[in-house]
Amino acid sequence: MKRISVFIGKKLCKLLLLMLVVEVITFALMEASPIDPVTAYVGASTAIGAEQRELIAEKWGLNQPPASRFMSWLSNILKGDWGDSMIYRRPVMDVIRQKFLSSLALMAAAWLLSGILGFFLGVLSGYKEHSIIDRLISGYCHVLISTPAFWLGILFIIVFSVKLHWLPVGLSVPIGVLQSEVSFADKVRHLILPALTLTFTGIASICLHTREKTIEVLRSDYVIYARARGESGRSILHNHVYRNVLPPAVTLQFLSFSELFGGAVFVEQVFSYPGLGYTTVQAGLRSDMPLLMGITVISLIFVFSGNLIADLLYLVIDPRIRERRTE
Amino acid sequence: MYTADMETRQKKSSPEDGMPVFQVMNFGVSFSQYENGINRKELHVITDLDIELYEGKILAVVGSSGSGKSLLAHAIMGILPGNATIYGKMFYRHEELTRASIARIRGKKICLIPQSVNYLDPLEKVGSQISRAINGVPKAEKKRRAIEMMARYSLDPQVYDYYPHQLSGGMARKVLLSIALLSDCEILIADEPTPGLDEPSLAEVLQDFRLAADEGKAVLMITHDIQAAVRIADRIAVFYAGSTLEVADAKAFSGDGSQLCHPYSKALLQAMPQQDFLPLDGVQPMPGDLPEGCLFYERCPIRCEDCRCSRPQSRPVRGGKVRCFYAA
Repeated sequence: MKRISVFIGKKLCKLLLLMLVVEVITFALMEASPIDPVTAYVGASTAIGAEQRELIAEKWGLNQPPASRFMSWLSNILKGDWGDSMIYRRPVMDVIRQKFLSSLALMAAAWLLSGILGFFLGVLSGYKEHSIIDRLISGYCHVLISTPAFWLGILFIIVFSVKLHWLPVGLSVPIGVLQSEVSFADKVRHLILPALTLTFTGIASICLHTREKTIEVLRSDYVIYARARGESGRSILHNHVYRNVLPPAVTLQFLSFSELFGGAVFVEQVFSYPGLGYTTVQAGLRSDMPLLMGITVISLIFVFSGNLIADLLYLVIDPRIRERRTE
Repeated sequence: MYTADMETRQKKSSPEDGMPVFQVMNFGVSFSQYENGINRKELHVITDLDIELYEGKILAVVGSSGSGKSLLAHAIMGILPGNATIYGKMFYRHEELTRASIARIRGKKICLIPQSVNYLDPLEKVGSQISRAINGVPKAEKKRRAIEMMARYSLDPQVYDYYPHQLSGGMARKVLLSIALLSDCEILIADEPTPGLDEPSLAEVLQDFRLAADEGKAVLMITHDIQAAVRIADRIAVFYAGSTLEVADAKAFSGDGSQLCHPYSKALLQAMPQQDFLPLDGVQPMPGDLPEGCLFYERCPIRCEDCRCSRPQSRPVRGGKVRCFYAA
């Protein structure tokens, strides 16, 4: 137990260091960006003169040197003040909380679906190696792995929304309906296509990995021995294949948080789905420094926790590693 | 203990009477391989093998590395990979075995004792792997019987909850043996059961096989350790380049070897440290280029022209079987 807390402590130190580095890089990139936040804010309107622009810049503290601006952001965030978003004119944390929750529904649905589907398709494919089913499944995976998520999203919109009229084209709620009148079913209907897009692109890697691992297990000495003991194909699947293939698959799925988040950015953009990914793009395009910096912190923690869970799971699941750690 | 073994064995090893429980005739295994990616080539790993197993008897198949003996156990069990072809006939009692019927009896009538702990599922507790050998009883009863069998091999009850990586080599062998004996089989096939064991564990393992045989099981022990084979086996088959050159009484392998008929068996005995420690020149032919005639032709001290072009068939000599034109 003590080993595990030391392990987590070390990881947290790494996280803090990583966060600092990532924030410095984000800040530097934003500084180098040609987009002027004031112009992005007021738009192309000529009604606002140079003096007023100057006032806005001063209110936002843009006239100070970059280093001191970064330091003040850093000291504020250590005090728990994330600042205000320039484009939403609300506290950054409020914006992130709201957007992250709608993204979370999307990502969780896609994560679970792609994990479950990918795992079972992978086992099936590996178990029936070289059969037609195997070829279909791995062929599908290879096509998908080279398919950009946004392209698949556009394809889904064309087929299911425009041609078939089954599902809405985009957004997370119906247009022209009061917030209070939006039903749960409405939200789910709007979630289906983006979630499916994200699922389908996520299946490929978990499926191919599971397929390889299944083939490896089926060729292992212990499965050969299980056959010698008269175990049937089904019994081998239940007693040995699932047991040995599931732990690495679950770990891999947790490690895929970064792909999940990256995919969500594209998919939310295509479907105009107002989640964190969509907001990230907006913040970047309009030079909303506090919001973007806040989002990088949150997404970093998100991806990091996925990796940490994967590491901890290995400690818990595999008796060989568990023992080495606790000895 | 050693001499006690010999005595009990001598009492029991009357000439082999009755039907063999298990018999293999003209048995062969070949693998298809692609040479340079185009030419398909058949690689004969085991050729013209005859084996007979009797109730209560131990047959040791002795061969040096590269003789193909490690494939023998897997071939008999029918668990070779898909690119392997199996020839010849196999009989279980009176029934001729097909691929389908061997699948029916494996793990039930005929049991494999594999070489090492790698043959246990690394993520499944030892106990649950042992108790899978027992069928048709409630879980608690399975556990009780498994622990009872483990106790017989002086394995602690807590080993039941171990994972395979926590077992020592000797413990793993006992676990594998427990699995085989719990499944109540008639034929035991032990694949290299002795390497890496210290003297006390070795004696124990050999004793366990002897006990299993004395309970009426037919045992086939595949090994490279002639001394171990001589200590417990009733009969010894000498395996060379994928075939049995001689099957003789285990007693023939002691003393000066004058009881042995085949020149290779004699050379094998003389090469042992306790004997003259004499090496034999040359190497065993590889599966890819077996000679047309006798498999031992290249290295044989008594070869003739006949031996080069035709392969001798197995023939009975002095109660054993020998594959040589000139042995007497």
